[in-house]
Amino acid sequence: MDFDFYLSTMWSVLKALPLTLEIWFFGVAIGLVLATGLTWLRASGYKLGEYFTRAYVFVFRGSPLLVQLYLIYFGLSQFDFIRHSPILWPILRDPMYCTIVAMALNTAAYSSEIFRGSLRAVPVGQIEAAKAFGMPAFTRFRLVTLPIALRLALPAYSTEIILMTKATALASVVTIMEMMGTAQKIQHDTFRPIEVLTCAGVIYLLLNLSIARLFAWVEYLLSPHLRPAPGQSQQIKPVPEVL
Amino acid sequence: MEFFGSLLEQLSTAYDLLAAGWGVQLLWGIGWTLAVTTVSMVIGAVLGSLVAAAKLSHRGGLRFLGESYTTVFRGEPELLVIYLFYYGGTQVLTGMARSAGSIGSTDILNMPSFLGGVLAVGIISGAYQAEVFRGSFLAIHRGELEAARAYGMSTFLRFRLVIMPQVLRLAVPGLGNVWQLTIKDSALISVTGVAELMLTANKAARSTHHSLLFYTVAGILYLVMTSVSTPIFDKAERYTSRSFTRPK
Repeated sequence: MDFDFYLSTMWSVLKALPLTLEIWFFGVAIGLVLATGLTWLRASGYKLGEYFTRAYVFVFRGSPLLVQLYLIYFGLSQFDFIRHSPILWPILRDPMYCTIVAMALNTAAYSSEIFRGSLRAVPVGQIEAAKAFGMPAFTRFRLVTLPIALRLALPAYSTEIILMTKATALASVVTIMEMMGTAQKIQHDTFRPIEVLTCAGVIYLLLNLSIARLFAWVEYLLSPHLRPAPGQSQQIKPVPEVL
Repeated sequence: MEFFGSLLEQLSTAYDLLAAGWGVQLLWGIGWTLAVTTVSMVIGAVLGSLVAAAKLSHRGGLRFLGESYTTVFRGEPELLVIYLFYYGGTQVLTGMARSAGSIGSTDILNMPSFLGGVLAVGIISGAYQAEVFRGSFLAIHRGELEAARAYGMSTFLRFRLVIMPQVLRLAVPGLGNVWQLTIKDSALISVTGVAELMLTANKAARSTHHSLLFYTVAGILYLVMTSVSTPIFDKAERYTSRSFTRPK
């Protein structure tokens, strides 16, 4: 066991963690905004909106993220108007921005399906009760539908976020030196792939486990009404035998 | 008019390029992608059922092993696992061959890229399949297992006659999802040099400088593969659950 090698590799890969987190954060955040828009379009009831979102989800869920990334990074630059555009070209010539765009577009498709499902899973009775109270549509959405839907979406959305953490590794194929890219470089320099990739793997695993913990904690915070009252034991008391 | 003219021109270049041999190459790429996906699914099914059994076991040690397997291989980036099996396999093979003296001390024995890729994708697919199998086992009625035990069926007989047919029936929709995931993961093994669809599209894009065309074609072919699988799995689901639906 070459302990120093493990430590130095771990440290070099860790130094690339901020870059990985940056790609991850912007990908997820922009994807969340897009997903909200898509969900709204789908739920709005316009036929055209529904067709658009269906097609969007079909395309982005049905093809590998790698293809989408290559299309955006290598493919789009063939259009003259993109290469001459002062806004699009600075974004699409940078591999970092391209990865973020690809991840955002991809996660938007998956997340909008999750949000659609959780909106539909809001109990009808709750919405009817809100209507019976005379709440206007927006208040009803803000106070009843949204909180319930958000909580229902959390477990599936946390899975999607973890998939996105894993997807940041793809940035390394378009020359970004994030954790995976750094690990690749060390591996080529030292020809010790097993040790190097194990180090990177441990960091990725810890990252994903902490994200999962974080989401479990938020879910716990958001569902106080589902927890037993303090002092009350979790176990359901056996039914007394009266028959 | 100018727009349509350039569109026509683009389409005719596309046709020329595809007819000049890249089309056939891409079809071979599809074949390899399907081969990789199928072999990976089979490896995954074997590993997945073993891991599911471990996760359902009464022994704490086995349960821990199963849990670790699914946590690790669902939590790591797919690319990392593929690199680990391909380059790590090369490292191990080279070490073994060097110490056996069958190659010189500076030579390298490469991991066969198909084998490395298929093992990596199969092991990832196995982690997802394990969860599917575990879920469908838990969905079997307790009463049926108890009845089988009350009849005095041996463990193997119970597995063959009661557990396996039901797990297979309940697992079909979940396996459909894993199949789609595996098709998309198979694109990643292009990094190890298996000539599947993604690598073929890559080669074509690099050598003809028509990346937009070839990546779009690859994307469409992936969409075709994933969308053709959906009705097939729907049909399999209807077939396996035919005794549970009402006759028309």
